[in-house]
Amino acid sequence: MADARRETIVNIVLAVALFVVPAVAYVIDEPFFITLATRVAILALAGVGLNLALGLGGMVSFGHAAFFGLGGYVAGVLAHHAFSGTPVFWGIPGTNQMIIIWIVAIVLSGMLAAIIGALSLRTSGIFFIMITLAFAQMLFFFTLSWPAYGGEDGLPIFVRNQFPGLNTMRIWELFLLSYAVLMIAILLFRMVRNARFGAALMAIRQNPDRAAALGISPFGVKLAAFALSGMITGLAGAMMADLTRFVSPAMLAWQMSGELIVIIILGGVGRLFGPVAGAGILVAFEVFFGGITEHWQFWLGLVLLGVVLFARGGLIGLIAGRDRHG
Amino acid sequence: MAEPVLDIRGVSKSFGALRATDDVTLTLVPGEIHALIGPNGAGKSTLIALICGGLRPDAGSIHFRGQEISGLSVAQRARLGLGRSFQISSLIPEYSARRNVMLAVQARLGHPYRFFRNVQRDAGLTGPAMEYLARVGLERRAHILASELSHGERRRLEIATALALEPAAFLFDEPMAGMGAEGARELIGFLDELRREAPILLVEHDMDAVFALADRISVLANGRIIASGSVHDIRNDPEVRRAYLGEEGA
Repeated sequence: MADARRETIVNIVLAVALFVVPAVAYVIDEPFFITLATRVAILALAGVGLNLALGLGGMVSFGHAAFFGLGGYVAGVLAHHAFSGTPVFWGIPGTNQMIIIWIVAIVLSGMLAAIIGALSLRTSGIFFIMITLAFAQMLFFFTLSWPAYGGEDGLPIFVRNQFPGLNTMRIWELFLLSYAVLMIAILLFRMVRNARFGAALMAIRQNPDRAAALGISPFGVKLAAFALSGMITGLAGAMMADLTRFVSPAMLAWQMSGELIVIIILGGVGRLFGPVAGAGILVAFEVFFGGITEHWQFWLGLVLLGVVLFARGGLIGLIAGRDRHG
Repeated sequence: MAEPVLDIRGVSKSFGALRATDDVTLTLVPGEIHALIGPNGAGKSTLIALICGGLRPDAGSIHFRGQEISGLSVAQRARLGLGRSFQISSLIPEYSARRNVMLAVQARLGHPYRFFRNVQRDAGLTGPAMEYLARVGLERRAHILASELSHGERRRLEIATALALEPAAFLFDEPMAGMGAEGARELIGFLDELRREAPILLVEHDMDAVFALADRISVLANGRIIASGSVHDIRNDPEVRRAYLGEEGA
């Protein structure tokens, strides 16, 4: 079990690094790097959601941008109505309280994921990928053509939504909040993975016929996992909207779904801190290579190709070896 | 005879023009081993799929513990107490032997929607799992991944997971396949005892095992049961000898 210990060390290093980098930036007053770290934390949170479906359940969703974008629009729309003092509908007021926004984002994303899952989980493989993509594209075009909330221009959040006891306009405090939520989500992921639900889910990924013959219905377990996955990614979307203070249909575009899959693959499919590693690599490429060439995605593509061909366990797999559930 | 646990009546299944299962009637009563034999292509796999829920019959009824099950899913039938083993070992490859059995124990104990307690520290799962592994002599291989076990060990792990379901009936699909002479002999002794816990529908190619174990034998050929009876009856049935045993020169 030396591999397991090494993975624990890698996880601790990642958790500490994600905290120390912005902390140092805070001390030397370089807010740009705090913003980057917050972006990594929120993308990693979205990745934790996808990792539940893709990593544990083997459900390659190419439509998780739908949940990410829905969460984003929940934050944007509620903030918009709170700012203008108009009701959302039926007299329901907007709000600028993150906690309420998060709950709404989680509930709506979970419901959307349950619907998409119920309709797409009868299929698998390439069909599942295409159906999830189709649902996300439908929502993408819906937001694009919906003028009430900016249509293709998107919707700005003029003042960041609030969290009790914090000044969210200070990026360091927003980082601390995002980091805390990410760590809670990772702990939740770990708990679910190690519990009976995770045991059933991972078994279904490996051998659905065997699971069914034991009396575990693959459809029900996968649907529950997909809904939970959508909830976490939806929460990340709401937080991302507050970080950038802007929501637009781009959050629901297929490129976003692809980015989330890339995060999982780069970090290590199914690994506890895989999304953190993957989001870190992605943002680092975006910033450092993006500063040198606008074709940074070409170099990211090369790295991705290398990972898929030579290091299928992603960064975590490269360092800590294969994942074991003995 | 006692009330049958499994009662299959007039079941048929066609694929296009092929009648893979043709008006099959078959019962399994408490305490017995009922062997199902037949040459390749006789329709054994189709019949197993019909019993386990992988296929739905075109006609006929399948009662299990007094309940019509033809409309139930594979998982629902398993939860009713139908414990099957697969012809080609079908385990969870990245799980250890112990975790494979723990999964079966968990499935028997109830619904899988428990999100918090760590299964590895759940004595309600690990304890029974080790007992079932011990019954098939795998307790010292408990932490080996299923994918790294030898063929014979995987066959035994298949049995252990079926035991862990504490089923009302076993359905073993060629449990002897690929086992050495020694392993096969051990398994025969094991199944001989097991029938007292729950009756066994045994699909098997190994005629020595079938003749040593079976209380009743049914012979399937071209989707039909062409003979059913005691070991003695089947050995001396001319039609069976022609259709099946003749191939092996028996």
